Amino acid sequence: MPRFVARVLIRPKADIRDPQGEAISGALRSLGHEIAEVRTGKEVLVAFDAADERAARDEAARMGDELLANPVIESYEVALDPVRTEAPA
Amino acid sequence: MTRVAILRYPGTWSERDFAHAFTLVEGIETEIQWHEDVDLRGFDAAIVPGGFSYGDYLRAGAIAKLSPGTKELRRFAAEGGAVLGSCNGFQILCEAGLLPGALVRNASLEYRCDWIFVRVESERTPFTTGLRGEVLRMPIGHGEGRWVADPDTLAEVEAGGQVVFRYTDAAGAATPDANPNGALANIAGVSNVAGNVVGLMPHPERCAEAILGGTDGYRIIANLAKAPHGTAAAVYR
Repeated sequence: MPRFVARVLIRPKADIRDPQGEAISGALRSLGHEIAEVRTGKEVLVAFDAADERAARDEAARMGDELLANPVIESYEVALDPVRTEAPA
Repeated sequence: MTRVAILRYPGTWSERDFAHAFTLVEGIETEIQWHEDVDLRGFDAAIVPGGFSYGDYLRAGAIAKLSPGTKELRRFAAEGGAVLGSCNGFQILCEAGLLPGALVRNASLEYRCDWIFVRVESERTPFTTGLRGEVLRMPIGHGEGRWVADPDTLAEVEAGGQVVFRYTDAAGAATPDANPNGALANIAGVSNVAGNVVGLMPHPERCAEAILGGTDGYRIIANLAKAPHGTAAAVYR
């Protein structure tokens, strides 16, 4: 089975205040940047084998629902990259 | 004799404080159980103590919710067993879906380590019988204790009497200044619908005897000695 890397991007929902983002925003302003808003999140990279891209996408979504994001406070999206392996010589 | 199990996950650090606090209560015996070997058969109550289970990796409580101990806790809670989660234990219970809402980073950005006041809003739990309206002084120590929920959940929790503790000043007024972490509606602790599962950010085990600077925590944990054996489901539903 081919290997995929799911990049799961997790963000606090829009109505959840993000004090970390607010602190970063203040720090960037102190450097002279004109900042409207900063929001923080996290990225989780998961490498795994799946039959095809669709199966990989489904599995990554289950990981997001079951563990990687908490639906009460976060949303997430998945970007999927196939892992390129060297062709055998 | 009321039997209380105290769960210990990797990174839990308040289990011995709880065990000690319960030695002060006549009629309660405790057992600390490693999260892989939790067996709550024959117990009246389970405590999920504070700490940093799994290093708070991913989110506080997110990985502990998948532990075998949490699975056993779900069974126990569904059968009406009394469950109390404090601090990281509250975070675990929310992550596990046993309590509504979630706990996120303090609005102040500070780790808050302080004495605070909470008003007991509900006595429909095995831990707050006879305490409704009382203002309790307890310590907190957390960086992620801001309870949040979507508006519908908040409305349900308020209407259903599931708010158990609210941050107030010493006189019992729920002011913004009395809120140490920015929690919605000053909420410091909630219960499930049935009332048998309770979570709170403060640490009752750290204020159960005078030498620790306060005894209000004793009033919460001592309530368990009065909890009727094996009938929590019938009584609190």
